[in-house]
Amino acid sequence: MTRAISGNELADRLREAVPGSVAGSSEASVLVHAASLVDAARYLRDDYELDLGALIHLTAVDYVDYFEIVYRLTSYYRNHGALIKTRAYGREAPEVPSVIDVWRSADFQEREVYDLMGVRFTGHPDMKRIFLWEGFDGYPLRKDFLLRRP
Amino acid sequence: MTLKSEPITVNLGPHHPSTHGVFRLRVVFDGEVIQDVEPIFGYLHRGSEKLAEERTWTQVVTLTDRLDYTASMSNNLAYVIGVERLLGVEVPERGQYIRVLMAELMRIASHQIATGFFLQDLGAFATPLMYMFRDRERILDLFEMVCGARITHSYMRAGGVNDDLPPEFFPALASVVEELPRKFDEYEQLMRENEILISRCKGIGVLPRDLAVNAGVTGPPLRASGLAWDLRKANPYEVYDRLEFDIPTGTDGDNYDRFLVRLEEMRQSLRIIHQCVEQMPPGPHRTDLPMLLRPPAGEAYGQVEAPKGELGFHLVSDGGVAPYRCAIRSPSLMNLTALREMLIGWKMADLVTIFGSIDINMGEVDR
Repeated sequence: MTRAISGNELADRLREAVPGSVAGSSEASVLVHAASLVDAARYLRDDYELDLGALIHLTAVDYVDYFEIVYRLTSYYRNHGALIKTRAYGREAPEVPSVIDVWRSADFQEREVYDLMGVRFTGHPDMKRIFLWEGFDGYPLRKDFLLRRP
Repeated sequence: MTLKSEPITVNLGPHHPSTHGVFRLRVVFDGEVIQDVEPIFGYLHRGSEKLAEERTWTQVVTLTDRLDYTASMSNNLAYVIGVERLLGVEVPERGQYIRVLMAELMRIASHQIATGFFLQDLGAFATPLMYMFRDRERILDLFEMVCGARITHSYMRAGGVNDDLPPEFFPALASVVEELPRKFDEYEQLMRENEILISRCKGIGVLPRDLAVNAGVTGPPLRASGLAWDLRKANPYEVYDRLEFDIPTGTDGDNYDRFLVRLEEMRQSLRIIHQCVEQMPPGPHRTDLPMLLRPPAGEAYGQVEAPKGELGFHLVSDGGVAPYRCAIRSPSLMNLTALREMLIGWKMADLVTIFGSIDINMGEVDR
């Protein structure tokens, strides 16, 4: 059974390894400051005991006040997983740093989040729409994008 | 004398028979050698995730059918597992066995399509593909018997399955599973030792293991690269922890290994099906739940080992009748992340086979 690493336990480790990176934690997940996301990601991947080598899923949720970016990580060799979150603020140009240098699998997923949610990932080499066409008006997965417009 | 050459950009697709749907590749060739590849998606984008936010929790099941339409049962399963984790409900044992049975039949059908089209891409025109389709047809007949649909099943529900198996199902299943091993032998005899297949597959399109892990590749391509990672074993859901089966792996991560892994996985699925039939207990097939589900606010992730890799649903509920967010982790899209590295340096003819050996489904890539 894949063991879910406790968010509180992981937060303690992160505080030690990357000072000032943790913004909060619960039993299920750790909330990381966007500014130190890449450092934290690199630590999570390279630490011998954590070994979170695979970014299984990257997605975003629109909570209107902020966008929550969710990173679901797994270690194939140790059979455990962790849930990391970060937040992007503002409706005009929300931004978080890209983790593509840490996990290649972020490539299409970050483009997808940008395409449908409008969160820009700084440092991504090819930050453009992936499914919709260039020039599409708006970001469909945002809560203020209505399917049936009056 | 050296001839002056310059790279040429070629658009492959979206309407190209080898792209398995509407997939487009912008390829830069130097002569016949691939220098750069850029996949372009979106021709089948239907906005499933947005549509899910406008439907009730149960209605979303129909949307999941249309993701990977060659493996609808697995899609249903991943989604309902996510919903059940939100609701905190248990599924009766019979329901779990039925689900596993369906998921494994679906895996065989999906791998038959994958290998059939892969062989078609190799130039084994029509014969192997028709063999596979002939046998897949029998499995689709079983699905039709169970839920009335052949492709878009919508058979599973939060708490179990929609309906119990009809009495005529088990004799029909017995005749299918009795014949299948012979069919698998037939596939192997036909293709496995084939000179052309070997020379076009061995050592072609190698996906190193570390890249596969880092690029989020899952499913048969990951296992062919030598990592025995299968959610059915690593993180058993439903009743997989009571069933005996092996995880076939490759060593080289080339086309040939991916082909062999799929052939062997079909045999292992058959083993699981036999055990499901033996162990299936009588009893209810579904937990009684209200018609309109209102899961408590929170988030959950349901994942299964779908035929193409890890399929996951990240579901967020705000306590309402519809999902607040339904994010889909699609294996087909993720398995394409490493496509560029797999293709560079190979020739045009290899592009078609390497792409075919990954086995993607555009319904799931574009969603």
